[in-house]
Amino acid sequence: MSLIEVTGLVKTFERRQAPWGRPRLIRAVDRVSVAIDEGETFGLVGESGSGKTTTVRCLLRLIEPTAGSFLFRGEQVFGLPASRMRALRRDMQMIFQDPDSSLNPRMTAGAIVEEGLVIHGIGSPADRRARVRELFEWVGLDAGMAGRFPHEFSGGQRQRVGIARALALAPAFLVADEPVSALDVSIQAQVVNVLMDLQQRFGLTLLLVAHDLRLVRHLCTRLAVMYRGRIVEMGKADAVFHAPAHPYTRALISAMPDPDPAGRQPRIRYDAAAFDPEADLREVETGHWAAT
Amino acid sequence: MNDDRPPLLEVRGLTTEFVSQRTGVRRAVRAVDGVSFEIARGEILALAGESGSGKSVTALSILRLVPPPGRIVSGSIRFEGRDLLALDERDLRRVRGARIGFVFQEPMTALNPVFTVGDQIAEALEVHGVARGAAARARAVELLDTVRIPEPARRARDFPHQLSGGMRQRVLIAAAMACRPPLVMADEPTTALDATIQADILDLLVAMRREHGLSLLLITHDLGIVARVADRVAVMYAGRIVETGPAPGVLASPRHPYTRGLLASLPGQEPGTRLKAIPGAVPDLAALPPGCAFAPRCPDRFEACDGSRPDAYVVSPGRTARCFLHGGAAR
Repeated sequence: MSLIEVTGLVKTFERRQAPWGRPRLIRAVDRVSVAIDEGETFGLVGESGSGKTTTVRCLLRLIEPTAGSFLFRGEQVFGLPASRMRALRRDMQMIFQDPDSSLNPRMTAGAIVEEGLVIHGIGSPADRRARVRELFEWVGLDAGMAGRFPHEFSGGQRQRVGIARALALAPAFLVADEPVSALDVSIQAQVVNVLMDLQQRFGLTLLLVAHDLRLVRHLCTRLAVMYRGRIVEMGKADAVFHAPAHPYTRALISAMPDPDPAGRQPRIRYDAAAFDPEADLREVETGHWAAT
Repeated sequence: MNDDRPPLLEVRGLTTEFVSQRTGVRRAVRAVDGVSFEIARGEILALAGESGSGKSVTALSILRLVPPPGRIVSGSIRFEGRDLLALDERDLRRVRGARIGFVFQEPMTALNPVFTVGDQIAEALEVHGVARGAAARARAVELLDTVRIPEPARRARDFPHQLSGGMRQRVLIAAAMACRPPLVMADEPTTALDATIQADILDLLVAMRREHGLSLLLITHDLGIVARVADRVAVMYAGRIVETGPAPGVLASPRHPYTRGLLASLPGQEPGTRLKAIPGAVPDLAALPPGCAFAPRCPDRFEACDGSRPDAYVVSPGRTARCFLHGGAAR
């Protein structure tokens, strides 16, 4: 059974051209359906404004979806009362793009990692301290650094603190929204390795949101490509890369800057007018879907 | 490009320091430390590096726009036969914009929100005495056309917020090229843009070189972008150029362990495997080791690396690496 089963997710925003103007409805996420198996690493790829971040924010109910269904272990998440949602959040955690703004600058790293345990009333103070030490070790930080404040860490270390915080409650489902794009190139690989190790060690179900196709291809078994609020292609990472079926996916792959001169592909441009934005996904081969 | 003319831009031993007073002790940090390179006419040179490597300060130093408390302490910058470090402010203003155009990373902050994009380009032309009035506005439309903005006459009347990020970056490139400068410096010109738009802008820069003989100093942290557009690359680390050479050669067979490490750490080689990360963190310029700045993170470190700073050794014609592995030092 799938751990995550999203069906027909829609999120609309009202936008006014001017304060006195009539509001216009913008469909940021439009009929998105996706199922993710337990222990799978699934990638959500798209450019800015494609709706990928709005999608995951709806799943964690950081914003309220307009329509659709989200079954988590078979339980309907959308519409759950706040009390049940709080309990469920233990199992669904998020790593944010920018460790600088997602960590409270007035709290020590140790307190940031411990906070979730305190909120959910888990363990004695001594248990929690031991847990924080363990989490620091898992993400490759010296436990002696727990008393430091976020600004005393480098960007890569701050993101490790963010990962430790997300793992504190031993979640089954982890959402990572552009977890390394704010980091220096030489640090990105370290953080990616931490994520991969932890994902394997704990059998985490990981939803990776990223614009970097190379990263998604490296980490994910399956992926979905979003374009203007819709999933236009979905399938095994290998299949989507080697035989992209949607014109937008082809354009995106050909635009990837590849440092290997031998791996360079000719640019393929896409013409938004050339494909039907309303087309439904159809199975082009087993497990590989495209909206063509 | 193999002519006998001197290079368009020749930077020698450029050193730029920032003085910090934070703890009451006066300390000078070398953001750029003895940097030398040249750019030929019609050449695209990429300055590649991570944050704090000194690539942006190098570009600002060339324009003599280093913000205080930074200052250029030594070196020479010869551009079109003149030493920019010896020019007075008035002559320098005739170089900035007119002879060296520049494009910065964030297209929204570099444009004035209350003027149309056409007016802003026309203003650049008027300031430099290239054209006035209706002629300047007509030339602005032409420039928008040059950077492949559809319906340029109509777009010239748009305000920056009416344009997409990619279109705004095109406007900035048009503004940088307004006075037909022989050299344009672009600092991370595509970092804020989506992949498909980024590829369009890079294609545009290459086309500008082809059609107008432009030289380009491209500053980027992305080796994929280097591969896509650069003729030559200079890789910077902790204020110094650690490796330089023709871009295809450097990327295909890097000779400095840092360049090699950067390339090996990129995802995409063997999906699903751990990445070959460079250990440690980008160094603090205020606390560099006495020897090679990369030594603490280097897999090939040996005794010589901790003793002194390596020179830029020639590893093959046109290629240098600042690494003792290539200095003939005994291992």
